[in-house]
Amino acid sequence: MTVTAVEARPREFARERRGGPAPTRVVVAYGFWIFILSDIVMFSALFAAYAVLSGNTAGGPTGAELFNLRNVFLMTMFLLLSSYTCGLGMLSAEQRKGDRFRVFAAFTFVLGAAFLFLEISEFAGMIGKGAGPSRSAFLSAFFTLVGMHGAHVTAGLLWLVYMTAQVIAKGLRPAVLRRLLCFSLFWHALDIVWIGVMTLVYLMGVQ
Amino acid sequence: MDGNQHLLADRTPGVEEHESTASVLSYTVGVGLAIVATIASFVVAQTNLLWGPGIPVGLIVLALAQIGVHLVFFLHLGSGPDDTNNILALAFGVLVVFLVIAGSIWIIANLNGNMMPMSMH
Repeated sequence: MTVTAVEARPREFARERRGGPAPTRVVVAYGFWIFILSDIVMFSALFAAYAVLSGNTAGGPTGAELFNLRNVFLMTMFLLLSSYTCGLGMLSAEQRKGDRFRVFAAFTFVLGAAFLFLEISEFAGMIGKGAGPSRSAFLSAFFTLVGMHGAHVTAGLLWLVYMTAQVIAKGLRPAVLRRLLCFSLFWHALDIVWIGVMTLVYLMGVQ
Repeated sequence: MDGNQHLLADRTPGVEEHESTASVLSYTVGVGLAIVATIASFVVAQTNLLWGPGIPVGLIVLALAQIGVHLVFFLHLGSGPDDTNNILALAFGVLVVFLVIAGSIWIIANLNGNMMPMSMH
């Protein structure tokens, strides 16, 4: 009984607030969510291009010959676990535990960098085998889609370094927490895009 | 210099104390479900567990399930009053993504079907 009473309080609070201005945190998250959705719409165009062009290998290597699923599985796990540590870091930041936040931010960075390292070595290996983006329409679409995701991960890693520096320099005040919230939304969204890449490009590509 | 003083100093009419809906438990459940869905995808793709022509359908279903897990457990999209706008924006985003991808595949398949037969093929 007491548990439900405690849980009910924030919800009642939210209902009372109706009609008044929304908290800054909610407004900021909504605005950033709109950006993420437009980014995903941009990715959908690249997915559509890949889906249309994936059969046009121009006599070159096909996905089944090029993709190494063990590598892809490791990349997926790295990105997924970095999403997990990013969420835990966000939680420690909200609880004003700066030390724990820094530990989780470091884990997130290392896992994201490991993902990027595997992706770059995969690209380098393919280009070394003569299967670069200029080989066929299939490979152009592949490098554009997967490379765009990799570029987003790179931007996310830079952003994470910048945010960690802000937390150290400015402390966990509300404005910094809202920026951290935007970063965590971005990082989780990259994981969602990767599920699409993993399924449509790699797992269906080897069929 | 504790965190609460910062909080009070930065307070504006729109800013209020935030009750987090996230917890270590929800992230852990989320990452567990996501790992299960990922492993299931790789197993389905590499074994004969599913009937051959059904494999792409199975993979798409697993991917959608995993995206749902991410939205609920990582991005914390819920049914609360603060989430209504987020859900509506997501619904519109999903509509646009569906139109772009399904429309492109449909139109190009149609064009391919109407191409003059080429000697190369």
